[in-house]
Amino acid sequence: MRGQHARISLALLAGLLLLAACDAETPAPAAGFAGLGGAAQGFARVEPGRLLGFPADHGAHPDYRIEWWYLTANLQDAQGRPWGVQWTLFRNALQPGSREADWRNQNLWMGHAALTGPDGHRHAETFARGGIGQAGVVAEPLQAWIDDWQLRSRSPANGGLGELELQARGEGFSYRLRLTSERPPVLQGAQGFSQKSGQGQASYYYSQPFFQAEGSLLVDGKRHAVKGQAWLDREWSSQPLAPDQQGWDWFSLHLQSGEKLMLFQVRQADGAHYRAGTWIHADGRAEPLSQADIQMQPVRFSRVAGRRLPTAWTLRIAAKDFAIDTTPLQEQAWMATRFPYWEGPIRFSGSHPGVGYLEMTGY
Amino acid sequence: MRRLYWTLAALLSHWRRHPLQLFSVLAGLWLATSLWAGVQALNSQARDSYARASQLLGGAERYSLVARDGGWFAQQHFIELRRAGWPVSPLLQGRLRLHGQGEQRLQLIGIEPLTLPAGGALAGQPFERLELTAFLGRPGRSWIAAETLAELGLQAGAQPLSASGQRLPPLTVWPQLAPGVLLVDIGVAQRLLDAPGQVSRLLLPAAFARAAPPLPAALAAQLVLQRGDEGADLAQLTDSFHLNLSALGLLAFVVGLFIVHAAIGLALEQRRVLLRNLRTCGVSLRGLLVALVMELGALALLAGVAGLLSGYAVAAWLLPDVAASLRSLYGAEVAGRLSLAPHWWLGGLLVCLLGALLAGAGSLLRAARLPLLALAQPEAWQQAQARWLRRQGWLAALLGGVALFALLFGDSLALGFVLLAALLLGAALALPVGLNLLLEAWLPHCRTPLAQWFVADSRQQLPGLALALMALLLALAANIGVGSMTAGFRQTFSGWLDQRLAAELYLMPVDASQAAAIEAWLAGQPQVRALLPSWRVELQLQGWPAQLTGIRAQAHYREHWPLLSASAQAWQRLQRQQGLMLSEQLARRLDLQLGERLRLPTPSGAWELEVLGIYADYGNPRGHLLVEAAGLQRHWPGLAPRSFSLRLPAAEVPALIQALQEEFALDDSRVIDQAALKAWSGRVFERTFAATAALNSLTLGVAALALLISLLTLGQTRLSQLAPLWALGVGRTRLAWLSLGQTLLLAVLTLLLALPLGLLLAWCLVAVINVQAFGWRLPLQVFPGQLLQLFGLALLATLLAAAWPLWQLGRSTPAALLRSFADER
Repeated sequence: MRGQHARISLALLAGLLLLAACDAETPAPAAGFAGLGGAAQGFARVEPGRLLGFPADHGAHPDYRIEWWYLTANLQDAQGRPWGVQWTLFRNALQPGSREADWRNQNLWMGHAALTGPDGHRHAETFARGGIGQAGVVAEPLQAWIDDWQLRSRSPANGGLGELELQARGEGFSYRLRLTSERPPVLQGAQGFSQKSGQGQASYYYSQPFFQAEGSLLVDGKRHAVKGQAWLDREWSSQPLAPDQQGWDWFSLHLQSGEKLMLFQVRQADGAHYRAGTWIHADGRAEPLSQADIQMQPVRFSRVAGRRLPTAWTLRIAAKDFAIDTTPLQEQAWMATRFPYWEGPIRFSGSHPGVGYLEMTGY
Repeated sequence: MRRLYWTLAALLSHWRRHPLQLFSVLAGLWLATSLWAGVQALNSQARDSYARASQLLGGAERYSLVARDGGWFAQQHFIELRRAGWPVSPLLQGRLRLHGQGEQRLQLIGIEPLTLPAGGALAGQPFERLELTAFLGRPGRSWIAAETLAELGLQAGAQPLSASGQRLPPLTVWPQLAPGVLLVDIGVAQRLLDAPGQVSRLLLPAAFARAAPPLPAALAAQLVLQRGDEGADLAQLTDSFHLNLSALGLLAFVVGLFIVHAAIGLALEQRRVLLRNLRTCGVSLRGLLVALVMELGALALLAGVAGLLSGYAVAAWLLPDVAASLRSLYGAEVAGRLSLAPHWWLGGLLVCLLGALLAGAGSLLRAARLPLLALAQPEAWQQAQARWLRRQGWLAALLGGVALFALLFGDSLALGFVLLAALLLGAALALPVGLNLLLEAWLPHCRTPLAQWFVADSRQQLPGLALALMALLLALAANIGVGSMTAGFRQTFSGWLDQRLAAELYLMPVDASQAAAIEAWLAGQPQVRALLPSWRVELQLQGWPAQLTGIRAQAHYREHWPLLSASAQAWQRLQRQQGLMLSEQLARRLDLQLGERLRLPTPSGAWELEVLGIYADYGNPRGHLLVEAAGLQRHWPGLAPRSFSLRLPAAEVPALIQALQEEFALDDSRVIDQAALKAWSGRVFERTFAATAALNSLTLGVAALALLISLLTLGQTRLSQLAPLWALGVGRTRLAWLSLGQTLLLAVLTLLLALPLGLLLAWCLVAVINVQAFGWRLPLQVFPGQLLQLFGLALLATLLAAAWPLWQLGRSTPAALLRSFADER
């Protein structure tokens, strides 16, 4: 559910665009985003019934305002120590339909990379203009890049997601992973039409939660060979955000049973948090979860970057006999980017133990 | 307190009875402060502009990658480096002329804000604050300094056209932006400069660049890491220019202080009786001194404020000339509208106060030593004068020694100015000594009593007039010196230019592909008799920016490239790649002589060459070197010609320019014919010296005023000295003429002494100061016509200054002359 991610992405870019929006405590109302304006303004609307096609939809959709390629990986090194990797490419359009191959191109690109390990959390961010080749996405074969960071398809198998190469680097770290998958992408919501919040915002959304990952991490000059699982989210939309939404808490979970689970809640000013999720069976079948199915409860708060964040949670889905307690790998997995947020690997125990990623914004 | 009040009141009453002296003190301080503050205002304005240019892209330590040939290069290199993990940010810089704005060019800077080095600020403002969406979106923004916008006569939001008809994004004021700069998105800059896909440099974060990672092999031959920022470079390059301005300002200040010193000294002499009376009435010495200092301070404050106001006016008047010379000489942009910081005002006042104290120090000291009960000794003047002259003589000799020392051992601009200052001051101090000796020698030859009186009385007038005459001497010498240097430079420069600019047309292609296209196209033009390409590489030699030019066709250069000194067969050996030639200023900076060897850094290692010749390169603040093109291309493979010189019949030039501009996208900054280039160089020259000439005339004006004031103040005391002669039967008219004769005699003698001093000064300027400041030495030339004109002017000024007091003397009634006997103390 990247509805939340819709928020983070917009807010991140707004943070880039306007100082006012940098205040993470109070996300600026959608109408206040400079250059983004109202919902219509020529950007394509997200409508139900559109059929997603691959590999074409791996590429960029410049008629829509915002879009991202979002990858997280839970890894283990030879000594069995856990590591986490994040790789994100955001696209934000100042004007709809901009496809010029020069500086007139009105797409702005932003990359975030993070590496979380036993000794801490490192992150990096970078920016680029569209149209000139510094950043961009090609659908076939899939190649998404900004500077020397890239996510690149190595094989046409499985709609282009059969084998991917991922790399990024920042100060004091770099990573290179090979990702393989055999199952087709999972369409979220109604065949990829993913309804957001109670106010009817929506996005096109699909995921590939079944990646096997292996590769190496370089941290402060030391190399670590790693293996694990990775999760790719793809989402694009034009819709602005509801003004009363303060932030969100989002989970992507790899259960030891081979099943996958995505859960989120959007925290609204009136306290009526909007919750949703998807139960993904081991064979790839997706089962949407509704508000009533989901219970999410913070159990521990930590001081992070001068804020109070719920870093441990209890999650329950009664219909699935699912009850787990999550713990972060690093409590201080803070992304001190232009618009700061918390994102890091977690592990959990209970009815369905496993590992995953947690993202929290708006604190 | 009360006592102080009455003391002050008594002291100040003097000025009420002698308004002329009051005027002298005020005028002297006012003039001194005014010129000094004016020059300081110009300098601080310029330095502020450099600082703003330096801060534009984030502070002093700036690293960037530039093309080895200094030109634009493909934006693709930016992408290649980003994709290799280099955090570079592209920048395109060029000159832009706006439609309807005449010849004025703005510096257009295109930036890419998203990749600007982190922590960097734009014009001192944190990056986040910028209205990025407006800047990156459509129609975008042209950021401009408020004063530049006002100079252009445009409003914020206006979208003027460039000279080539391209519309600019709306002009938006960015307060801290450097003057003369137009900051736009790099995409806009590429459109406006007609340079699609081109950049001029890639900025690097300092932390990254300091680690000096090796460039990817494919780019190492084309790009080079450069450290330094333009603002700091400008400050360095323009240092001499500002030092020269300061020196002129200081000269004016000193001349002004002479006036003040004279007037205050006279006032003290006349108030001796008053001071003694005050002391005998019970005013303590301390109280008296406090009152005198307060009086002086009040006068300085009053004159200082007036001086600052007029200094501001002087600076505003000179600023366009100064800004134009800085722009054309150094490419430095200085805001054309004065905006001065509070410290300028405070500093100016402080300098005025200190100056007044300095000028009045002697008088205050004398007041402090005033013998309480001693009687006035008016007849003791001769003894006093002899002592005074001896002291002056010793001081002058000492200063002469300092000047000699500076000349023999000086190797810096500062010592050059020490030489100048010691020379001028020493000569000024020696003047009354010299005049006294002359008159003393003349006295025995006078037959008639009246003639003897004439000479003896002239001697007696010396102390009163000495300071004014010294000021006159200084101003005249400065005028002769600076005038000779300027005129000599003009002659040398234009002769050099005529020889050097032999080709009829000069072309500068935009890039390599255009260079190739132009070369091919010109080969098919029968009217072009010769096509002389040249290649260019930007170097840093011992930290000094230099330009290495590769040439072919030595025959042409042999004829048109004058050498100051050369080895045997210099051109032939240059052609055989056995050596290089370099500009005079670079040779001096690197301390290189003919036959010595110089190592040039190249991508393929050091390239060592013998110095075969040294040539003049007037007006170029950077160094310049000349080598054979083949050698240059071997060390820097893949360079394209940066310019072409064309020989063709003069009549064909306009048609060829038109054809070239139709065939290629070349604006008029890239196609220049000889006449335009000469006219432009001439304008640069005139502008450079416009401010100097103006300041120079002002100094002469100050000196004339000093003379007038001295004569006026002297005139008041002269009455009592002339009255006895009148009583002995010399008519009033005759007395007036005699007095005029005395004044003229002293002035003419001063003028005659000013001549050798001025020529000495001119020699110091061309052979010492110019060499130290700019690196070139000029031949000393004397222009008799100019000297005569100056003498005429000085005599006229003297006559005018003498006229009023003498007219008054001629009109003084017998009663007034008689009364002076009664007044005699």
